[in-house]
Amino acid sequence: MADAAKEGGLVFHPMDQFIVKPLFGDGAVGMFTFTNVALWLLLAVACVVALMVLGTSKRATVPTRTQSIAELAYGFVYKMVEDVTGKDAVKYFPYIFTLFMFILFSNFLALIPMSFSPTSHIAVTAILGFGVFFAVTILGFVKNGVGFLGLFWVSSAPLALRPILALIEVISYFVRPVSHSIRLAGNIMAGHAVLKVFAGFAAITVVAPLSVLGITAIYALEVLVSAIQAYVFTILTCVYLKDALHPSH
Amino acid sequence: MEGDLAHIGAGLAAIGSGAAAIGVGNVAGNYLAGALRNPSAAASQTATLFIGIAFAEALGIFAFLVSLLLMFAV
Repeated sequence: MADAAKEGGLVFHPMDQFIVKPLFGDGAVGMFTFTNVALWLLLAVACVVALMVLGTSKRATVPTRTQSIAELAYGFVYKMVEDVTGKDAVKYFPYIFTLFMFILFSNFLALIPMSFSPTSHIAVTAILGFGVFFAVTILGFVKNGVGFLGLFWVSSAPLALRPILALIEVISYFVRPVSHSIRLAGNIMAGHAVLKVFAGFAAITVVAPLSVLGITAIYALEVLVSAIQAYVFTILTCVYLKDALHPSH
Repeated sequence: MEGDLAHIGAGLAAIGSGAAAIGVGNVAGNYLAGALRNPSAAASQTATLFIGIAFAEALGIFAFLVSLLLMFAV
């Protein structure tokens, strides 16, 4: 990338927006440095709290706009957990709803110009993804004991095939947290990088109108992707949870 | 001129995005075909649609990641 800048031509760095910087001073980033990632993660939490706690604190019978948004989100995720995971999984709803709101707001806040997108970092999404993975695996063993291993033993397949299928199932089980987290980070990172690339083209006068049009279109797409990726992350959590609670094939 | 092969590799890895596009198109197209044949069953299958799209898309994202690694990390 540095070579391209030196050789002249277009000078823009689509990946520079993802650099983690300390907010105060410009020292090295240590374990407890307050960085831009931390700021935007905190802002996401603040927004979720503002919407869900402050927005619904009045408990009005005729809901205000904020309250109806909160109720809509609550009902949407509640129905999803019920439909995908089953009625007995409703007690894990708070975890899933927290994940959904947090990812949704991280994604949406990242769409504010000049902001930072924490969910574009695999370090952030991997914590979420592996959190789900460990929670689901431990839950599976606690709920079903050794029977949880039945998840890998496809009893509907011919006996000769089962060991091979078991191997494939084990591999796919351990790839889950990786794909779970990289999907979110990759989508957000790719989207923001594309926005920046189009913004770079806006510097050329001839294609500037096209570029601005492109940015507008991609931005709209990114709003959609932000919501869809939050939805996909949550629904996959529900699917994994269902596997843990009912491991038999 | 070092790193040129890595750039070619990054471009080749980006073909994976096109492959993922075929996959996502397949999922969405078949969903639409099924939904138009039996619209009453369509609403209950949107979750499956999104899961299918997510799985197909993930592999495209992996290709994108390989491309990024070749561009910036190698």
